[in-house]
Amino acid sequence: MSNLSRDDVAHVAMLARIQLEDHELDRLAGQLDQIVGWVGQVNEVAADDVPPMSHPLPLVNVVRPDEVRPSLSQEQALANAPEAEDGRFAVPRILDEE
Amino acid sequence: MSVTTSSQATVPFAEALTRYEPVMGLEVHVELSTATKMFCGCATEFGAEPNTQTCPVCLGLPGALPVVNGTAVESAIRIGLALNCRIAEWCRFARKNYFYPDMPKNFQTSQYDEPIAFDGWLDVEVPANEDGGPAFTFRVEIERAHMEEDTGKSTHVGGSTGRIHGAEYSVVDFNRAGIPLIEIVTKPMVGAGDRAPEVARAYVAALRDLLRALDVTHGRMEQGNIRCDANVSLMPVGSETFGTRTETKNVNSLRSVERAVRYEITRHAAVLDAGEAILQETRHWHEDTGVTTSGRPKSDADDYRYFPEPDLVPVAPSREEVERLRATLPENPAERRRRLQADWGFSDLEMRDVVNAGAVDVIEQTVAAGASPAAARKWWTGDLARRANADGVAVTDLGVTPAHIAELDGLVTGGRLNDSMARQVVDGVVAGEGTPTQVADARGLELVQDDSALQAAVDKVVGANPDIVERIRGGKVQAAGALIGQVMKEMRGQADAARARELILATVGVEG
Repeated sequence: MSNLSRDDVAHVAMLARIQLEDHELDRLAGQLDQIVGWVGQVNEVAADDVPPMSHPLPLVNVVRPDEVRPSLSQEQALANAPEAEDGRFAVPRILDEE
Repeated sequence: MSVTTSSQATVPFAEALTRYEPVMGLEVHVELSTATKMFCGCATEFGAEPNTQTCPVCLGLPGALPVVNGTAVESAIRIGLALNCRIAEWCRFARKNYFYPDMPKNFQTSQYDEPIAFDGWLDVEVPANEDGGPAFTFRVEIERAHMEEDTGKSTHVGGSTGRIHGAEYSVVDFNRAGIPLIEIVTKPMVGAGDRAPEVARAYVAALRDLLRALDVTHGRMEQGNIRCDANVSLMPVGSETFGTRTETKNVNSLRSVERAVRYEITRHAAVLDAGEAILQETRHWHEDTGVTTSGRPKSDADDYRYFPEPDLVPVAPSREEVERLRATLPENPAERRRRLQADWGFSDLEMRDVVNAGAVDVIEQTVAAGASPAAARKWWTGDLARRANADGVAVTDLGVTPAHIAELDGLVTGGRLNDSMARQVVDGVVAGEGTPTQVADARGLELVQDDSALQAAVDKVVGANPDIVERIRGGKVQAAGALIGQVMKEMRGQADAARARELILATVGVEG
């Protein structure tokens, strides 16, 4: 039951910004396909009367009041930033130069 | 197949419309005016020091868990109801996965195929235009309104323009990240023909008015509280198959919405006329030059891998709750304007000035406080609007209240003050000297009610101007205006000009 191709894995890796070598793509395609297959077994067990489930808890409408809570200080917020400037997170150039 | 292009050539608008029918789709993002963010208790106040309104949730730190802002959900439902939408009985949030530096979690918490509100409409009044096009009503069908969150704000450093192009690096403030947004998406708008750009503008204007009336947003387009993306495509006249669309992002004023749609129509027509195909892409609007430029083509990276947000439980508003919220809806702003215009007896032009001056509410309050509609309009769109404009503040922030103006109007109609005195009284009210009566008392402003002083001044002026008196007697009654001015000067402004006119005409022996 091979549904997941090497190209699928390369595409997902690109979307996730993970760089994979060719031999890794081959290996992961096989492994991921197996995992998808295992999860797929749930579908075989579930009958038509079992609706798809996204949340394990039978809860709805969990909301909080619109009341301000303390935020982090600027120093705390930036504590883990690799680079910061003028109280802001500094990030590399966003657009590649054409 | 032909080549796709994002060429900048255009054909004249009127000519384009002879061959093509425009189709539009507008996506409007509304920033809610809740005190806190969508999924955490951080404040939303505008203008704070950078990164002082963030927490582990809105910074996307590991292990942090979001909780939905109940007021934001209520606002979303009220917006949906005001747009004549159906409200979902059960819906979920979803993760929209992509990478961008202004989005700390690497996904936006949004809604995917289960929006809180869907299948609505808004009737939009399109005013008559300068080319003789009549006013008409256009029904905009609403596809959906869903809940999501805003991103942070990037500032680009280096390069000459401060724009993202040519920048060396960027810095990000996450105070805005996580502020509640409602995205309102129209169904394709077809059939507006050459009025399409005006329909787009009128829709955004009507939506803005409605959202302000709902009191769910500050509604200031110039501050980005309401942001518009305009999708435009053309199909040959007679066709029913939509063409390829472009999406012009962040068109953030009413005028720009109209201009950007118009520009894209003329640009698409040139591409299609050349036998080429439109490239599906986002485009950037340039306010200064009035053109759009190519942004980003649709690509493989636009695979957002939406999936239900596991950290938030579903939203399932009860029908009782929906009806409770429906009962809080304000009168539709367009219907309210029609009702008030009829009540007040204003012409279309007068009403338009009132609306453009943002003075509908304040005039309504002034009339309720006892002023005549005409006087309320005259003050709020005239003298007070000029003062506010000169000081660069809103007319409601001058320190003059509707009650003040109603009181002032009473002093004028009661004969105590003339117009120029009334303006001096406003000077005093603006300066914080008290109510109009207190100011008038303190400044000794009162028309002279005793005719004898006025008659003495009239006699003096009539005696000093025999030539003008002759002209009045010769039938030129309007020449009395010159004498009225002199009499008012003699009286140091403390006289009723209408009474002065009566006495002048009586003195020279002419029927008024």
